[in-house]
Amino acid sequence: MGFDVLFKGTNFIRLLAGLGVALKISLISVAISIPLGIILGMIMTTKNVVIKAVTRLYLEIVRIMPQMVLLFIVFFGATRALGINLSAETASIIVFSFWGTAEMSDLVRGALTGIPVIQYESSFALGLSPLQTYVYVIIPQIVRRMIPLSINLITRMIKTTSLVMMIGIVEVLKVGQQIIEANRKSSPNAAFGVFATVFLLYFLACYPISCLSKYLEKKWEN
Amino acid sequence: MSEILSVKNLSKRFDDLTVLDNINLSVNEGEVVVIVGPSGCGKSTFLRCLNGLEDIQDGEIILDGENISHDKKTLQKNREKIGMVFQSYDLFPHKTILDNVTLAPIKVKKRNKKEVEQEALALLERVGLLSKKDNYPRQLSGGQKQRVAIVRALIMQPKVLLLDEITAALDPEMVHEVLDVVLSLAKEGRTMLIVTHEMQFARAVADKIIFIDGGKIVEEGTPSEFFDNPKTDRLKKFLQTFSYNK
Ligand SMILES: Nc1ncnc2c1ncn2[C@@H]1O[C@H](COP(=O)(O)OP(=O)(O)O)[C@@H](O)[C@H]1O
Ligand SMILES: [Mg+2]
Repeated sequence: MGFDVLFKGTNFIRLLAGLGVALKISLISVAISIPLGIILGMIMTTKNVVIKAVTRLYLEIVRIMPQMVLLFIVFFGATRALGINLSAETASIIVFSFWGTAEMSDLVRGALTGIPVIQYESSFALGLSPLQTYVYVIIPQIVRRMIPLSINLITRMIKTTSLVMMIGIVEVLKVGQQIIEANRKSSPNAAFGVFATVFLLYFLACYPISCLSKYLEKKWEN
Repeated sequence: MSEILSVKNLSKRFDDLTVLDNINLSVNEGEVVVIVGPSGCGKSTFLRCLNGLEDIQDGEIILDGENISHDKKTLQKNREKIGMVFQSYDLFPHKTILDNVTLAPIKVKKRNKKEVEQEALALLERVGLLSKKDNYPRQLSGGQKQRVAIVRALIMQPKVLLLDEITAALDPEMVHEVLDVVLSLAKEGRTMLIVTHEMQFARAVADKIIFIDGGKIVEEGTPSEFFDNPKTDRLKKFLQTFSYNK
């Protein structure tokens, strides 16, 4: 079945290290995207039409552009055109953060504008101060709406990191290809075993996160 | 009887639109005032001005001897003295029924949690909802939610309770259970300002009824004066809209 190649030399360790690279890029990007997205999402709820238009445009651009195109633009564009020397990893983190911030900000905007005015008013009417209203009434509702959605975004970011091999980063999928190449003669069936293992690794990384999201969604459904 | 709420020359405008025009009203402790009037005449706005959800352009509001209409600090300090229940269900969806009720006394009045919970359970029992204490608002019917909203306001021991068409969004069969609670509050001497379209209920519960039209108090009187001897044509017309025979 081609699983044997995994046990040759350090192959399996190399696959794990590849997964590590993918996870590292996505987790750093997530860590950047969440705070930036929250700030931008709050800015997006403004009534100012110019700010609204600009943020809307940013969101649309990010959504329309395939992530791979963004990766090429930032990696090759920056190094060739602007003469800035970006490592492939930095370029990927920039692209994924650019994307993640946009998606996150839209989630935050949706959660914020989805809280009915009456929630603020009935809290004020009970004598709660604006700060108490945010802390005990508004923010808990926002968090409940946001967490399952942002977890979903995180798993999408982890999966999409498989694109970074296109700019030369040796992540899990690339390691897989290298192993298959190196063993083409000795085990011609390696492709199946290796890709099945890669699938399993992604599954192991994302499944618990998506279970957590489903659990929270159930628990908090209003 | 002593005066608990006094409204003097209150005017409220939204930009160019004058919604309330020179309103004067005095409410004594224990009095139940019902406010009626055609839709859009400014009833909700009036109640919202009283607890500071809307700012006012002219006049003053004096609650329990303190002018609450001028600075935000005095308003914030006195807000817990005016309870309000809205037309739309406004319970906090992420909190259980018990937590909905106990939030304000614990956080605003800094009261002891155990004590507040005991009191909350007694009040919930009184409105027949003790068994729902651990449920979430989404698990309750509209009438049940409004009864909880009343309890949530009551537990703050407000000097005045404002009720803005609290049965208007309910299915007809649930109206009664909510109005019964309000009637029992009136009987035990709560001071209330009630906006409602339920005329029979108004007659039963009110000490005084005021009719607002075009942002002004057009007529004011006891229920029998009001329904049996309306003085103005505008009130007569308004009352006619509630009967089918022409
Ligand atoms: N926030 C607002 N901005 C502008 N106009 C408003 C606002 N709230 C209410 N109004 C207007 O004030 C008038 C009175 O509204 P409201 O007090 O809700 O009437 P009622 O409760 O008697 O039906 C209406 O003409 C309404 O359109
Ligand atoms: Mg109204």
